Amino acid sequence: MSGAAVLLILIAVALAAPAIAPYEPAEQDYQHVLEGSSLAHPFGTDNFGRDIFSRVLYGARISLSVGLLGVGLGLLAGMAVGLPAGHWGGWIDDVLMRLLDLLLAFPQLLLAIMVITVLGVGDTNVIVAIGIFSLPVFARVVRGQILSLKQLDFVLAARAMGAGDGRILVWHLLPNALASILVLASLRLGTAILTVATLSFLGLGIRPPASEWGTMLSDGRQFLQVAPHVAIFPGLAIVLSVLAVNLLGDGLRDALDPRLR
Amino acid sequence: MTRYIVRRLALLVPLLVGASILVFVTMRLIPGDPARLALGAEATEEQVQLMRRQWGLDQPLPVQYVYWIGHAVQGDFGRSTVSRVPAGQEIALRLPATLRLAGLSMLVSMVLGLGLGVVAAVRHNTVLDRISMVVALFGVCTPTFWLGLMLILVFSVRLGWFPSFGQGGLEHLVLPALTLGAAAAAVIARVTRSSLLDVLSADYLRTARAKGLAEHLVIARHALKNGLIPVLTLLGIELGGLLAGAIVTETVFAYPGIGLLLVNSVSNRDFAVVQAALLLFALQFILVNLLVDVLYAVIDPRISYG
Repeated sequence: MSGAAVLLILIAVALAAPAIAPYEPAEQDYQHVLEGSSLAHPFGTDNFGRDIFSRVLYGARISLSVGLLGVGLGLLAGMAVGLPAGHWGGWIDDVLMRLLDLLLAFPQLLLAIMVITVLGVGDTNVIVAIGIFSLPVFARVVRGQILSLKQLDFVLAARAMGAGDGRILVWHLLPNALASILVLASLRLGTAILTVATLSFLGLGIRPPASEWGTMLSDGRQFLQVAPHVAIFPGLAIVLSVLAVNLLGDGLRDALDPRLR
Repeated sequence: MTRYIVRRLALLVPLLVGASILVFVTMRLIPGDPARLALGAEATEEQVQLMRRQWGLDQPLPVQYVYWIGHAVQGDFGRSTVSRVPAGQEIALRLPATLRLAGLSMLVSMVLGLGLGVVAAVRHNTVLDRISMVVALFGVCTPTFWLGLMLILVFSVRLGWFPSFGQGGLEHLVLPALTLGAAAAAVIARVTRSSLLDVLSADYLRTARAKGLAEHLVIARHALKNGLIPVLTLLGIELGGLLAGAIVTETVFAYPGIGLLLVNSVSNRDFAVVQAALLLFALQFILVNLLVDVLYAVIDPRISYG
């Protein structure tokens, strides 16, 4: 569960950023522009003299919050589609599955770009974009879980005791489907963090001067020759975060679904 | 199996139509008058009115869609507001470059991914296995654009072996292809390893070994064939995603393909080009996925689809 440990550290860092960051992320210092690592600036400074270490710390807040919200939105939307499809089946299932196929006919990044094209750039729009391309995966898993669970005895028993559809869905089916959904959510968080960074790097996500890692990499691109550290450290942060989340997801999957072994 | 293929092909047309509708809806959702958006800020009132008539923009939406798709299948998407060149032509100019990049990347990802995966499986539980899988894990977690920047830093800036932007000869393709192929290679490596591991412990291999067949022949003649079936579908899926990955890679390396064109067009609000590029990406993604599904049904005789 090293993934969980690293992720917890990440969350702690993100939450505590204002307390531990030595400088404000927007604080400029033209005396110390594009400096390498030093005691005062462990990760160096960028072209505005801003401390990269502090910016990376604040960047964790953005990546994690946007990523979590995006995955959360996809989860809720996916449940809204998958639950009815699995539970009622029939033509509702057919229609909803065709709609999902339509969304899956586009590569994820392309869907995100389409959403950004319509809505414009910005934090909330990135969240919506992530939610939209995550929707089909969650919907399918939820639907699959409902389909396999609703045959089981405890559901029949609940019905025999007079439980209505809604009650069965919320109190019986959902809790049992939760394990698979959680595993999926943690794995999708990795994709979400990567997507936030990618969109921002392309100039289609979180705009400067926000200290989002992808934005920092886009800024740092022009200084590769003279000050590579501007591009190295935010990238490392992305790799570590995605690594932590993926390890967590793998660990959760192994722990919660022993049938897979 | 034929029934499955026929059914899959029959679904192709509705899927293509559906995807085109989604692109159309996306473009119409953009705030602003479509004609004015398409023609740009310096368009005269007459030009705007002309376009509105040509594309049926005063008609109800479904009729507008028919006009739009009618123009689209003839390759007419309007003119780029940036270059004044027909959007279809802008795409056609850059498509070969992206295809070259995608082709080389696919090669890179197959060689790296399969190679790493096979080595890891065959040398299971050794240092080589561990190292390969750590490399693959990092490959999955690394953002493509950062990998590209790091490759530029090492091989272009520090060593000067390869150019860092533009196109030209093979040397301009190497770093972008490595970048684009790496992510897919990482996924392929992991799946190849686990699939081969499953196969390598199978009984029919034990029989072959018992009959005296040398290990490397056991692997080459029996294990690889069966172990690689799930990898084939994965290869197809990754290939489908390559064109989308090209969007990022081309941006990093300023490589003039359709990926870079899409990003620039979205930034410049050049919607004629945006919609043409979106349609093209969707079309190739759908077609590649279809090909993969059909191929899988053909190759794996154990699968029977209702």
